[in-house]
Amino acid sequence: MSGNEAIGEGAIRADCTLYAGYPITPQNELTAFMARRMKESGRSFLQAESELAAINMVFGAAAAGARAMTSSSSPGISLKQEGISYLAGCELPAVVVNVMRGGPGLGNIASSQADYFQATRGGGHGDYFTPVLAPWSVEEAAQHTMQAFDLADFYRTPVLVLADAIIGQMMEAVELPEASRFSRPLPKKTWALSGAQGRRPNIIKSFFLEEGGLERHNEHLREKWEKLREKEQQSAYYGPETARILLIAYGSQARIAKEAVDLLTKEGMRIGLFRPVSLCPFPDHALKKHAKEKKMVLVVEQSLGQMVEDVRRVIRDTPVLFFGKTGGGIPSSQDIVSHLKKVLEK
Amino acid sequence: MSTQYLRPSSLRHRETHYCPGCGHGILHRIVSEVIDELDIRRTTAAVAPVGCAVVAYNYWNFDCSEAAHGRALAVATGIKRVSPDLCVFTYQGDGDLASIGLAETVHAANRGERLTCIFVNNACYGMTGGQMAPTSLIGQKTATTPCGRTPDTGEGWPLKISDLLAQLPGVCFVARCALSSPKEIQDTARQIKTAFQHQLDKRGFSLVEVLSPCPTIWQKNPVEAMAWIDTEMKKVFPPGILKTP
Ligand SMILES: Cc1ncc(C[n+]2csc(CCOP(=O)(O)OP(=O)(O)O)c2C)c(N)n1
Ligand code: SF4
Repeated sequence: MSGNEAIGEGAIRADCTLYAGYPITPQNELTAFMARRMKESGRSFLQAESELAAINMVFGAAAAGARAMTSSSSPGISLKQEGISYLAGCELPAVVVNVMRGGPGLGNIASSQADYFQATRGGGHGDYFTPVLAPWSVEEAAQHTMQAFDLADFYRTPVLVLADAIIGQMMEAVELPEASRFSRPLPKKTWALSGAQGRRPNIIKSFFLEEGGLERHNEHLREKWEKLREKEQQSAYYGPETARILLIAYGSQARIAKEAVDLLTKEGMRIGLFRPVSLCPFPDHALKKHAKEKKMVLVVEQSLGQMVEDVRRVIRDTPVLFFGKTGGGIPSSQDIVSHLKKVLEK
Repeated sequence: MSTQYLRPSSLRHRETHYCPGCGHGILHRIVSEVIDELDIRRTTAAVAPVGCAVVAYNYWNFDCSEAAHGRALAVATGIKRVSPDLCVFTYQGDGDLASIGLAETVHAANRGERLTCIFVNNACYGMTGGQMAPTSLIGQKTATTPCGRTPDTGEGWPLKISDLLAQLPGVCFVARCALSSPKEIQDTARQIKTAFQHQLDKRGFSLVEVLSPCPTIWQKNPVEAMAWIDTEMKKVFPPGILKTP
């Protein structure tokens, strides 16, 4: 199946009961898949009138205690940012999928990783972060979607799955778990709107006018975030422990970087690939470990350089170089190999 | 026999933040009475607007959610789709419903969502200090139409959104009422009850527009404000039932 369909299948297996979307390339297969599967299984599918409406339909379903998801691609995700900020402020669990394409503006429909800043820095207004998972395969796209629902419920937060057009369109065989593998018990949604039967009314809000109210609320969000940051860092490493050169890439670009690692290993270079899986929280701890005793670090992205800022924040005593292409350009494994050789010659 | 005026159990015992003579307080009470009469307090979920009634949930005694400015009907759609047994309604001002949220309004109505919308038309943006609303009258002075709303200079005409919505097949009931006299307040309660009943009977989208006084922005005293509804607003927005099954 394609990555887009795998995301849909992951959502179905995670008991997503409402999906709302608005057409945009390169994620239209996901909306079409959901239209079919959600209806088949008696769940709610909505083709919304806009991305604004879609994210707010998800907000409503989440407020009522249901698992809900929306998906889009870059320009549509920009429109959803107000809603994501409200979800974060109201502490509502929901899953938002971005199958990234080129920007700014209408950009193009080619694959891109240029929404990293938007995804990992909150994206909308106000003081908040949302967890971000970045799949590098079709199978992982499904797994991340399932995991995103669990993280969302566990921490009461919107969670982003940040894929790109390559992952979305790619076809691969997948093996999927029937149900979630999340090992921790999920809290009951006692806060949800279900009718004030035998309890006081529940209120879902992010509005705090009283003196100090918002400060206390945001401090609570910060504490939650700090726990999440310590517990939910995910990454993968490929290559020998003795590597002297470290490539860093995520999503589809990590697959290409892995090919470059294989090519250079054959030529005798001691090189490895570090792949952030959770982009937010960024895997600081693992990266610190893998960056030790390296001669050089090269970050490869399909952008003008966004994740590289996080890498430079973490790695301070080794040179961190950047190689990327923008506007739909994709660094090939050969590009990475020649770039690396050129800088090593200097 | 004695007449007792009791607080509906759907209304909390709390002083509201509304200005003297504001329609929101009256309308909150009407909605609460209707919910009590239908005995649906424990199966109701409301969506509050962004506008003067943003904290309506502090006054109502049933489940409530906020929504971003204009998005109340999208939020209500999400709630209703996953919880069809809840009675779900939105309470929205004219800026919220007919300007920034126009797309959400038209499309929720056009999908025939089984929702009820209480639409508070006070011909202005109250919360942000009295700017022109889509429903402001021709000649009405507001913070952003200091010379009075003039269609000829590009400020547009009062938008009769209820009339537009009544055309849609997904909409089963549309009524326009006013809060300008005790009799009309009673009629507003009747129409709101009918609108809720249509939702409970799964008939489709129902909406009640309520012409509501905003003495502060209109720069009138409460009595003058009520009179302005009768003499000016009703000319453009005549009360009545615009659609019924
Ligand atoms: C996205 C966004 N834009 C603007 C505002 C500011 N704002 C708050 S209330 C409001 C208008 C409210 O007017 P109306 O819906 O007529 O309700 P009223 O206050 O008159 O009851 C505006 C523009 C906001 N909160 N969010
Ligand atoms: S500004 Fe107008 S609508 Fe707002 S509380 Fe005052 S009277 Fe009511």
